[in-house]
Amino acid sequence: MKYFRPALVILLGITLLTGVAYPLVITGVGQLAFPSQANGSLIIRDGKPVGSALIGQDFTSPGYFHGRPSATTATLANGKTVAAPYNADNSTGSNLGPTSKALRDRVAADVKKLEAENPGQPIPADLVTTSGSGLDPDISPAAAYFQVPRVAAARHLDRAMVRRLVASHIVGRTLGLFGAPHVNVLELNLALDKLKAGGM
Amino acid sequence: MTFLGWTEIALFFALVILVTRPAGGLLARVADNARPMRVPVLGTIERGLYRAAGVDPAAEQGWVSYAAAMLAFKLACFLAVYAILRLQAYLPLNPDGQGAVPPDLAYNTAVSFLTNTNWQFYGGETTMSYFSQMVALAVQNFTSAAAGIAVALAFVRGFSRRSASSIGNFWADLVRVTVYALLPICIVYALFLVWQGAPETFHGAITLTTLQGGKQTIALGPVASQEAIKMLGTNGGGFFNANSAHPFENPTALTNFVEAFSIFVFGAGLTNAFGRMVGDERQGWAVFAAMGLLFLAGVATIYAVESGPNPILTALHVAPGMGNMEGKEVRFGMAGTAIFSSATTDASCGAVDAMFESFLPLGGMVPMLNIMLGEIIYGGVGSGLYGFLMFAIIAVFIAGLMVGRTPEYLGKKIEAREVKMTMLAILCLPLAMLGFTALAVVLPVATAQISAAGPHGFSEALYAYVSGAGNNGSAFAGLSANTFWDVTMGIDMMIGRFFVMVPALAIAGSLAAKKIVPASSGTFPTTGPLFVGLVVGVILIMGGLIFFPALALGPIVEHFAMLAGTTY
Repeated sequence: MKYFRPALVILLGITLLTGVAYPLVITGVGQLAFPSQANGSLIIRDGKPVGSALIGQDFTSPGYFHGRPSATTATLANGKTVAAPYNADNSTGSNLGPTSKALRDRVAADVKKLEAENPGQPIPADLVTTSGSGLDPDISPAAAYFQVPRVAAARHLDRAMVRRLVASHIVGRTLGLFGAPHVNVLELNLALDKLKAGGM
Repeated sequence: MTFLGWTEIALFFALVILVTRPAGGLLARVADNARPMRVPVLGTIERGLYRAAGVDPAAEQGWVSYAAAMLAFKLACFLAVYAILRLQAYLPLNPDGQGAVPPDLAYNTAVSFLTNTNWQFYGGETTMSYFSQMVALAVQNFTSAAAGIAVALAFVRGFSRRSASSIGNFWADLVRVTVYALLPICIVYALFLVWQGAPETFHGAITLTTLQGGKQTIALGPVASQEAIKMLGTNGGGFFNANSAHPFENPTALTNFVEAFSIFVFGAGLTNAFGRMVGDERQGWAVFAAMGLLFLAGVATIYAVESGPNPILTALHVAPGMGNMEGKEVRFGMAGTAIFSSATTDASCGAVDAMFESFLPLGGMVPMLNIMLGEIIYGGVGSGLYGFLMFAIIAVFIAGLMVGRTPEYLGKKIEAREVKMTMLAILCLPLAMLGFTALAVVLPVATAQISAAGPHGFSEALYAYVSGAGNNGSAFAGLSANTFWDVTMGIDMMIGRFFVMVPALAIAGSLAAKKIVPASSGTFPTTGPLFVGLVVGVILIMGGLIFFPALALGPIVEHFAMLAGTTY
């Protein structure tokens, strides 16, 4: 019995400290010092949010660069689960193992589409594999260059110009060491839209 | 594999070495209850907590009393978390209208967080209100980490004290670790994460129109504050379903590196705190060296294996150069992913920045093996050190048998009681892991929830119980919950936590009561490479004997199936 009072009181005290005061302080300071990041790094175009710089979007039209396949799903009102790529309200990977038949069949179908689009080129692995979050905002530089012919054709743009645009959007390793070079798909597509709007 | 990748791994290990002394100094100072800390504000909070609870921090407890206080605290934690999860629909800070968590899931989650496991049979953004995340779950991240460190400190006092009847005061250890070690670092750490892009807001999910004209709903929340303690406390329970693969939990390659590093800060620091408390820092560095060897072996294996392609996909004309990208994020790079994946399972963290279920068979075997060996590679905060010291007890016992001398460790005679308690703790883990797996792969109610077919399905079930009893919480996440899994995983996690903690405290009590035998020419030195090699050997041989058959049925057979191009 002598243990119950300290157990309850200390739990309550630590709860007020680490469960209430701590997140409130971080929220207060974070909102003041880093308002954009603290609210989800939203990108505003013409006064409206068009996405988050950190969250990928489901691009399917030939005139946009596409992100990686995404395994996220959504649950319909009738309880059925359906595929919903880049559902940022339900992050998930495919969780398919390396010897999964479903994985092989999915990749085979995607490879077929990509080979038709850009024959004879090696297929970048990230363009046919789903990310862990299903929300990966990035693709590898190779995956971006792979899509240049399709995007240039759909937008009636010069391939070299689109290639230059990709090159200018490659983000290198942080401090030259951490991570891998990548291209943020949403930011690349926003630049692509601007290019056209500028009449170039 | 690239030169830059290996450089990143080397830099990581160098930083772990550098942080060990400062972190150890802080913990050893916090462990010294007799000396007040004299920190403004925090000191007032500490004293206020003691006063309100009616606790005298200087009153020493024997091991039974220490264990009883710890268990009473855990019971209070369980009831609080369970109540909040069940009632969250009526509580504030629920902008996305999450309903009550079902009873079996609430039980499973409460056990999972109070045991420092953070196994999650739910997706955070689709299940938990902000109130539940902050007030129920993040608080457990703090207290389960602090309780783990407290038990490790008590265990070390067993070695450092002579002819003593007490091993410290649980309440004082719990409060001091939380207030002086975990909280101040988390404040700085969480702000760093916000700067890098982790959200910290009470605003609900936002829905916007995408560039292409579709609708996208983006879940938000007070993410950064929870992420910091989730990593530093080696808890691992994600705010979002995708855990640290989610760009809001882990926005950049830099946060990925820092998050992996923060898993090891207190685990590595405790080896030094141990050295300081027993009066010889070299004892701590010997422990550090044994852990470091095992870490480097694991991270190198994951990096080498996952940098290679899945041959089944290469046969479909996928370019092999990027390695196995299924379930991985582009921004972290393969070396960053390998560091994170090995650190999270060397310790009992269990956060993931890539999906283990989609690792190649041998790549996925490393996290599993790390946990099977007892998560003593720096380990969970606290549990890693006392887990490792139990293996050290076995090692000196075997060395003693070989030369026909009563074994000693740090001047304490290791006798029947200590060895029995150690074996109890060491054998309970595989019994729970393998016993429950055996049950789950034959009962239809369990197999119905396994998503993968063939040997990978076996790995999925094995990984779950290994992760649960190891209090890790990472998963081959294709597994989905039902009442069978909720209940058995709950038991599995409690066995893994308390059937190790209580024997650890019993050993501490029995060691503290002993005299210290002065070192003589016949004493086996426990600071040299011979000792390090012996402990590593004991860990690998015991792990191998217990788990090799199960690994052969899962990842090893799957590896050969993959090479042969077989799919299931």
